[in-house]
Formats: sequence, C-alpha cells, structure tokens
Amino acid sequence: MNNLGSLSRYIGLLVAGAAMLLAGCAAAPNKDDPFEPWNRTMYDVHQAVDGTIVKPIAQAYVTATPELIRTGISNFFGNIDDLFTGINNMLEGRGDQAGDDFGRVLLNSTFGMGGILDLASMMGITKDKKDFGITFGKWGAPQGPYFFVPLFGPTTLRDGTGTVVRIFLSPIGYINEIPVRNTLYGVGYLDTRAQALSAESVLDTAAIDRYRFLRNAYLKNRRYQVYDGKPPPEEDEDDATSAPAVPAPAPPIK
Amino acid sequence: MLRTMIKTLWLLLFAAPLVYAQEAPDALVKRIAEETLTTIRSDKDLQTGNPGKVKQLIESKLVPNFDTGRMTALAMGRNWRAATPDQQSQLTEQFKTLLIRTYSNALTNYRDNTMSYKPLRANPGDTEVVVRTEVTRPGQAPVPIDYSMEKTPDGWKAYDVIVAGVSLVTNYRDEFNDAIKSSGVDGLIKTLTDKNRGPVPK
Repeated sequence: MNNLGSLSRYIGLLVAGAAMLLAGCAAAPNKDDPFEPWNRTMYDVHQAVDGTIVKPIAQAYVTATPELIRTGISNFFGNIDDLFTGINNMLEGRGDQAGDDFGRVLLNSTFGMGGILDLASMMGITKDKKDFGITFGKWGAPQGPYFFVPLFGPTTLRDGTGTVVRIFLSPIGYINEIPVRNTLYGVGYLDTRAQALSAESVLDTAAIDRYRFLRNAYLKNRRYQVYDGKPPPEEDEDDATSAPAVPAPAPPIK
Repeated sequence: MLRTMIKTLWLLLFAAPLVYAQEAPDALVKRIAEETLTTIRSDKDLQTGNPGKVKQLIESKLVPNFDTGRMTALAMGRNWRAATPDQQSQLTEQFKTLLIRTYSNALTNYRDNTMSYKPLRANPGDTEVVVRTEVTRPGQAPVPIDYSMEKTPDGWKAYDVIVAGVSLVTNYRDEFNDAIKSSGVDGLIKTLTDKNRGPVPK
C-alpha cells in the first residue's frame, strides 16, 4: 500500500483530532485504544461510506483495467514511496539501506519511465518500506492512542502525525496544476484501495470481530516494524500457555 | 568438484536415512511452500479460486502439517482448561475450518509470489524452532512470514504463523477471550460455527 497523501486523509486526521476531544471521557478497556467506542462508530461510518462508494469503484477499477496498467500505476506511486522510505532510512541512520532506496528511485524514475517500471526490483535491489511513523517510533515517540479514521484506516497519534508530515512533503502536493494534482491524488487513493481488496476479503473471512482483529494486527505490525522485526516480549496474561519465545540464537545450520 | 561429490556421498550415506526418518523443519516448510506454489501456478482453476479445488489442496497439502489442536489451545489461552474435552474437540474442528476458509481466500492471490527461506537458527536437539521465510510480491516490499514449529512423532508441525510480526494465534486470543466473556465457551463455538456456515466474503 502506498501512503499517498490525499485530501480525504488529511480531513480524516482532523477528524481524529476532534475524536480525542470528544471521546476523552470514554471507558478504556484496551490501553492502546482508549477511544474504542468512538473508533467503532468511525469504523461503522467507514464501512458504510467505503462499502457503498469506494469499494465498488475500486473493484470496478480492478475488473476494468488490465493488470499491466494497474501494475504500472502501482509502481508509479510505489516509486514515491521508495523516496520516503529512503528519507526515513536516512533519518534512522541506515545509510546503506537509504542508498538502496535512493538508487531505486533514481533508476526507476529515469530508465523506469517515471517509476512506471520497477526495474530496480528486476535487478535485485529489494524494495523496503518505511514511513515517518516508524522513524518517530525509533526515535522514542510513544505510539499514542489508536484511531480508526474513515476512508483512511487504522492509525495511531504517532503514525497519523507521520502521515501528515508525509502529506506536506509529498511531491504531488508541489504540482501547481490543480487538475493534474487532484487526478494524481484520486488515482493514488484508488490504487491504494484496490491493493487492499484482497487483504480485506481475507480479513473478512478470518475475523470474528473485524474492528478488533484489524486493530490488533495493525498495532502488532507497527510495533514489529519499529523494533526492526525483533520486538521485545509484551506483557501477556496468558504467558503460561503461550508459545516459547524465539529460541536463543545459535549458529545457522547449513 | 570432487570435494562436492564426496560431501554429497557422505550426506547420502549418513544424513539421508535421518532426513528420511524426519524431514528438518526448514526443509519441510520449503518443500510444502514450493509444491503448493507450483500447483497453483500450473492450475487455472486454483488461480480463479475454484472453491472445491482450493479446499482440496489445502486439506491435502497444508492441514497435515499444522497442529490444529495446539493452535486452538494457544488461541484459547487460559480458557482452554476451562473447556470440556468435547468442547475442546468442537473448538478445534471449528477453528480448523475457519483457518481453511481463510487460507482458501488468500491462496488464489499467491500465484505471483516468490518465497525465500532464511537459514534455520536452532540447536540440533531443539524440539521447538522458528522457520523464517519471506514472501515477495511484485512491486511490494518483502513480507516476513515465520512458522513456529514443534517436533512431534509425526514429524515437524507448525502451530503458529507470524505474518509481519502478527501472530495468527495471538490475534485470535483476544477474539476468543471476548466471545467467551460475553457468552461462554458454547457461545464461542456457536459464533465460530455460524461464521463457518456463512458465505465466504468476496
């Protein structure tokens, strides 16, 4: 999924801010999700709006557009993602990884025709995915409360702040021709939404309570990313029955 | 060249019977994953999501390599001991069905995936290991998928799948816990059964 900044997301984040004020006194059963009642309402709003308008458009887009073209569009926005991945890897002090990311952008932007072809992947320069939320987390910023923002999806105060930063820095925002800029925002949003379709149907099959399943998965995944894939164990009331931790490192068996 | 041949011979002589007796966990994951991907790539019906065929593939290929009993017990957490043996077997059956349905839905998207396998970090006597893999889809950053595996008399079996840090079993624990709190173990069994009877979401 690319994190293209779009107006609707920006509005979504403003809504999130308002949510904090409105829901400040709600009961707090989950420490990461103090505004759960508000968020659940927002989730229902999202399901209604997305289900009747956005999702059908995304499905129609997938059906009507040849895969080759969709891939090109995804690659175009993916190329902008790579730029921000590079910036964030740099901010995290991972210079060599950032070098790879910028190398990808350079290659794909030029020989890859503005990012439409992902030549870098074909040449074996692996794509990475980083964003400001992860960087802030690595710098020690707490994730803050969880929010479900209609038409945007799951986020936290920290990750949402990261998204706002990204929106202000996005190269698309610097395009002066407003119709072009808005078209790019729209297509980018559609591309992101279309890419989420298959994951969404898996979620629908898997979850008993979709809201909670998504929230828990989102928070775990973000934590995992902030800790570079090695998160410290969390407090878990079911520790006695849970799986043993990862075995102590031993020499690789070849 | 000669060195490699001698090494191979040694391996054949000494390691082969052991491997035959019990396939190493990482080798098992790799074999199953590659066989499954090959099957999907060569079968149009699977790519378009023919439900019967997909289910058959999952049941014959994947399910035997999972310890669904342990998965259910882990997802239940401390509630597992509160359940009667009959409830436990019902839960296991329903959870297994739910996982099969979930995988069926996901499997058709796997055609363009490629897998890579990380070297296994384990001691020779270990009975619990984590096999690390990475799935790459075109145009996407690789997604790490780890399999928690245990040694059983029947060979190695997976009891949890961790996708990009999200443990399948732990993610269900909250769901199960809550359902049990509001309507008891039987309530959870009913919820799962109802969900499994419903149509697979598109």
